[in-house]
Amino acid sequence: MELFGDFFKQLYDTTGWNFVIFYDQVEWDRFIAAIWTTIRLIIACLIFSVIVGFAGAWAQGAKSRIIRYGMAGYIQFFRNTPPFVQILFFYFVVGNLTPSYDAGGYQQAYIGSFGWAVISLGFFAGAFNTEIFRSGIEAVPESTVEAASSLGYTRLQSYIYVVFPLAFRVCLPALNNNLVNLLKTTTLAYGIAVPEMMYTANQIWSDNVNVPEMMIVLFLFYVGLVAVLVWGMHRWEKAMKIPGYG
Amino acid sequence: MSDAKKAAGWTPEQPMVSIKDLHKSFGDLEVLKGISLDVMKGECICIIGPSGSGKSTLIRCVNALNDIQKGSILVEGQEVNDPDLDKLELRKKVGMVFQQYNLFPHKTAIENIMMAPITVLKQDKEDVAKHAKSLIRKVRLEGKEDSYPGELSGGQQQRVAIARALAMTPDVMLFDEVTAALDPETVKEVLVTIQELAEEGMTCILVTHEMGFAKEVADHIYFTDRGVIVEHGPPKTFFKKAKDPRTKEFLSQIL
Ligand SMILES: Nc1ncnc2c1ncn2[C@@H]1O[C@H](COP(=O)(O)OP(=O)(O)OP(=O)(O)O)[C@@H](O)[C@H]1O
Ligand SMILES: [Mg+2]
Repeated sequence: MELFGDFFKQLYDTTGWNFVIFYDQVEWDRFIAAIWTTIRLIIACLIFSVIVGFAGAWAQGAKSRIIRYGMAGYIQFFRNTPPFVQILFFYFVVGNLTPSYDAGGYQQAYIGSFGWAVISLGFFAGAFNTEIFRSGIEAVPESTVEAASSLGYTRLQSYIYVVFPLAFRVCLPALNNNLVNLLKTTTLAYGIAVPEMMYTANQIWSDNVNVPEMMIVLFLFYVGLVAVLVWGMHRWEKAMKIPGYG
Repeated sequence: MSDAKKAAGWTPEQPMVSIKDLHKSFGDLEVLKGISLDVMKGECICIIGPSGSGKSTLIRCVNALNDIQKGSILVEGQEVNDPDLDKLELRKKVGMVFQQYNLFPHKTAIENIMMAPITVLKQDKEDVAKHAKSLIRKVRLEGKEDSYPGELSGGQQQRVAIARALAMTPDVMLFDEVTAALDPETVKEVLVTIQELAEEGMTCILVTHEMGFAKEVADHIYFTDRGVIVEHGPPKTFFKKAKDPRTKEFLSQIL
């Protein structure tokens, strides 16, 4: 670590390239904190968006017309407005309308910027996940479901044991794509001051006037994250592959 | 005999499946226009007829995959055309095999056979596994237990589908043109399996275009056209003494 820091200090002294985060303890701590915030943000958004997608796909098949129209409206709204505007809207408009508590002299909202980032990005990606899951469910042939019914499966049992497992395999590639997009979109959370990597990098380069260096770090960081997600999803796709099918 | 069956007051001397004046429409299109037929326990009947005459619709009504508008279908005394029908009770009695096999592609052959008894009937896993193995032997698929449907030939898949239906120990089996999607060479292996079943006393309702098979295995043959039964009889008289011109024409085309 010592050597590592010395190298970057040396680099700065000789060439002027200032990778301050690698030799200054304070900036290093900020950087590490940003890594964790980013990873927590991504995981929370991924999970929430998948849950929204499942619930949405289920609701789209609902008998009630109101629920179906509501779902269609939700999807159109989130697909056809910029996610950055959505985040700002959730934080500044919806956030203002939600209850807060007295935190010793000032009002503290129950849901902070991190929470609103997860909610708005989760609904944003969830709108796409809903469409992805629905197309997967539609890809399961009616005749396969009929075979299950003829064996005595209830509607719910045939969904659990037959439709979902098949639909999920069909939509994994598209889901994969959308989740990678979501990962990249989490950088928009900097707009409401979530201390994730984009926001932190911005602060560091403001303090140290090292924009190009932090840009390089930022790029490499996200390349690494996307690579890990893509690798993981790919492994999953492979593990789920059915011999002789599709 | 289970309580449910007793409660319906059905005895094995009565028809196992009894269809009376069955009418079925899809929207404005009336597909079945008053079909009546009885199937006794242990009998094997074949339904033949031109494409679109309503054969599939008819046997799908028997296990309530299609609802009906008018008439009655009794399966062991249980009325299928009843809004309060216990579908699970019905489907325990009636097994069905489809033209396109419709296996669960994400499950191996043996899992396909074992799934329903475990999840639907909640039977003990070990007992089900034993039963499934014996069914695999019965349809001559030893060694293919762990293959996925996509790794099996059409004929092999269809035999898995038969075993899967048999795993529910049904009293009646419905077969809807189960050899129509198969190569001529593999048709035979599936027909042999069905023939053995019929000979063991399984009650079978078959829709088929295999006249040779119908002649050999069926106790009774029904010829349907445009939603009605035009003519029926045991194979001997049916094939030699068909009276109706529509039957004659159909037989002349197919034989
Ligand atoms: N789900 C449905 N909705 C509307 N019409 C249908 C439906 N299923 C079948 N039909 C119509 O009912 C008629 C009878 O169809 P059915 O499948 O029972 O014929 P079939 O005798 O089995 O023919 P094939 O020998 O080609 O299998 C056809 O005219 C068909 O178009
Ligand atoms: Mg048919």
